[in-house]
Amino acid sequence: MSRLGTIARRSFLFGSVAIAGGVALGVWYLRSPGTNPLRPEPDETTLNPFVLIDGNGVTLIAPRAEMGQGTQTTWAALIAEEMDLAWDQVQVLHGPPAQAYYNSALMAENAPGPAYGKSAFQHAVGEALGTLGKPLRMQVTGGSTAMKDGFERMRAAGAAAREMLKAAAAARLDTDPGLLTTENGAVIGPDGQRFPYTELAEEARGHAPREVLLRDPSEWNLLGKPLPRLDMVRKATGTAQYSIDVRPEGLRFAALRMSPRRAGMLRFDAEAAEQMAGVEKIVDLGDGVAVIATNTWLAQQAVDAIEIDWAPAPYPETTDAILAEIEAAFDRAPDSTLLDRGDPDSLPDGASEISAEYRVPFLAHATMEPLNATAHVTAEGLKIWSGNQLPTFTRSACADAAGLPERRVTVHTTLMGGGFGRRGELDFSVLATRVAAALPGTPVMTTWSREEDMRRDFYRPAAIARMRGAVKDGEAVLFDAAVAAPSTARQALERWMGFAPPGPDKVHVEGLWNQPYAIPNARARGHIAPELKVPVGFWRSVGNSYNGFFHESFLDEMAHAAGADPLAFRIALADRAWRPAARVLEAVREMSGWPEKPEGTGRGVAMCFSFGTPVACVIEVAESDGGIRIPRAWMAADVGVALDPGILDQQLVGGLVYGLSAAIMGEITFADGMAEQENFYDYDALRLPQMPEVETRILETQRWISGIGEPGTPPAAPALANALFDLTGTRHRTLPLNRAVSFAA
Amino acid sequence: MPTTLTVNGTAHEIDLPAEVPLLWVLRDALHLTGTKFGCGVAACGACTVQIDGEAVRSCQVALGDVWGDVTTIEGLGTPAALSKLQQAWIDHQVAQCGYCQSGQIMQAAALLAETPQPDDAAIDAAMAGNLCRCGTYPRIRAAIRAAAGMEG
Repeated sequence: MSRLGTIARRSFLFGSVAIAGGVALGVWYLRSPGTNPLRPEPDETTLNPFVLIDGNGVTLIAPRAEMGQGTQTTWAALIAEEMDLAWDQVQVLHGPPAQAYYNSALMAENAPGPAYGKSAFQHAVGEALGTLGKPLRMQVTGGSTAMKDGFERMRAAGAAAREMLKAAAAARLDTDPGLLTTENGAVIGPDGQRFPYTELAEEARGHAPREVLLRDPSEWNLLGKPLPRLDMVRKATGTAQYSIDVRPEGLRFAALRMSPRRAGMLRFDAEAAEQMAGVEKIVDLGDGVAVIATNTWLAQQAVDAIEIDWAPAPYPETTDAILAEIEAAFDRAPDSTLLDRGDPDSLPDGASEISAEYRVPFLAHATMEPLNATAHVTAEGLKIWSGNQLPTFTRSACADAAGLPERRVTVHTTLMGGGFGRRGELDFSVLATRVAAALPGTPVMTTWSREEDMRRDFYRPAAIARMRGAVKDGEAVLFDAAVAAPSTARQALERWMGFAPPGPDKVHVEGLWNQPYAIPNARARGHIAPELKVPVGFWRSVGNSYNGFFHESFLDEMAHAAGADPLAFRIALADRAWRPAARVLEAVREMSGWPEKPEGTGRGVAMCFSFGTPVACVIEVAESDGGIRIPRAWMAADVGVALDPGILDQQLVGGLVYGLSAAIMGEITFADGMAEQENFYDYDALRLPQMPEVETRILETQRWISGIGEPGTPPAAPALANALFDLTGTRHRTLPLNRAVSFAA
Repeated sequence: MPTTLTVNGTAHEIDLPAEVPLLWVLRDALHLTGTKFGCGVAACGACTVQIDGEAVRSCQVALGDVWGDVTTIEGLGTPAALSKLQQAWIDHQVAQCGYCQSGQIMQAAALLAETPQPDDAAIDAAMAGNLCRCGTYPRIRAAIRAAAGMEG
């Protein structure tokens, strides 16, 4: 079927209304184009909020956080493809915070109905819901949504700009635009005349097209193949600028100390700090203290010299007491029962039942770039440089902190040295604003020490699962899961918007209720520990990060109880539910040669469906003198449309490593109300010698384009634990695994 | 009293206490921001630079203790004049977030200077101290091998 579609002019920036049909039209007013936030200089022209042209070239706006996932490269490629730009002509900027840059896919996840195998109607309902992102001003990077969000509307933005430029050239030639073509950033006339976009831009503004036609993928020049990332040369030469690298004139450097018990400050004594080298100002923040100095290290030394008494934590003081509160949530009515199929209360005749409890710990994000932001308060207003995943909310929160209207606040969103969800928070930008407000007229960079970053994280919550299942004649006949944890979504949305929407918390049970396995009797219940105030937040793959481990470890237990091969067991279940899920399993079976394996190794498999993408993973483990090694891994993912296979490979491998690091050694514990880990020596991650060889494969068989930034993470832990079981016969139900297993360094 | 420091071939007079780590001299006094702060305790390698060709963690070397000429990522090559190793990094599209990569490249450059044809064990040993949270390790290994002329 041709993917060509005619898209109505007024909707071109906001999705495939004409294709999607009636549902989308019902919310027409939400889809009218937003105000263009770009403020061109006299020699610049904007053709829409995503295309800026000046005498030197074309700059594309990719208003999504570049935290390593390659989003700005592929976002720009979507626009450039339809504009017929040569790749070496493409420049990309993040741009300002703006409603026009809202995420149209984030809210779509809340559409009712099945998570996989969506019909066109269900997809359209999701798109309509996604438009809620606009009034909520949700310019958010997260939920592996960027390509779902941009796939049609960025190509449409590029196509619209192209048609405007063609119309301008046609006016010059007094001819029909249909006779013109475009290539390498220029319109080509019927006689081969060449009009560079840079010369046509000003004239093009008046020629908004009535409709645009998106190209068939068979005509793509940029999309569908690995492109050199737009940030790669800068990142290989130390010239990429992260927020920690901005150096506005007159910059001062601050360090701070906030409560490791996440509560108030009772008193502090900064007498010694005041006398220390380089110190320019001690800032009493009320709930913490900062030091502004001439050098970050001198500021850190001075902060360390301040004696502070902290108020007690608003949550239990120890890990055991916190876990007891989570466990008590099982005694409460479930917050959600999103999966309830067949008769999960009864044991089918002749079936044998198994049950098990699983536990995972709190986790830190530990981005390589410690949290930081720079703020400059002047008579005109506030400027802030911040690597953040939510610029509109950041602007609003910093405006509040500075006591300024939003229009007087400028946010520069920089590259990010890792995000993983942590930079989807407001605290580091707001604190930088509060510190700089103590020294008006001077730009101040507030950098968190690694210890501050780790003690003041919004952690991936600890979670407990109670699993029950039954098998009969080699097959799964019952799956009954319950998970307990504090609610990440409610805490995070409260911080973003000041309220959390009512209703069941889907994020808490994602990866547990929505897996593409046809088990006739199945249930998934989510229990929330509502009073637990340990700060928790979005961590790469969020609920899937723990539910993936619970689901896929327990399914392995069921396969063994059924006397079945764990991979064949899964393929049979997935095949009856949703073919793309079976196909990724078949792919890793073929890639890894399953069930053959080298002597002395163990292998485990897992398949997790998250953010629209099924990912299967086989991991191989082996004994060595130094402990368990992970020689190899195989991964397959079905993303519907593979826009950049190179970046997809990076994200699958990166997601796997992030998941393996957590599975093997990630753990935040609490004592005296404080996180006990503080730096990489006690919160480490996988190192190069521990890294397996990874082979990836991308499939494009499912109907809709899906996300890739997070889906590589959930299968890592269960595939590894299942491989250990295969090797040693011991079932590991608690993470991290290094509590029980010795891994090679 | 100012300390004289030679970085990438240029001598600088630094007016900071002698105990300030080289990392923070480079970043905050000289504005050479390619060298990154990651942990402050030599546990991540993001701050790796070379002193007289030896890879060191600049967060652990006090200004007063710097014993030779300092080379940072900015001195290894520039976008207009890439070193062979940086070109290999680009050819293999190594970086994701990129924050650790300056340190990775400076560590790898020191390895290749000492061992032009490192085997996997030598690469493991040299690179184990450089943390990457994005999981770029397979491409780092491939880029080092390519720069050493050991591809395929």
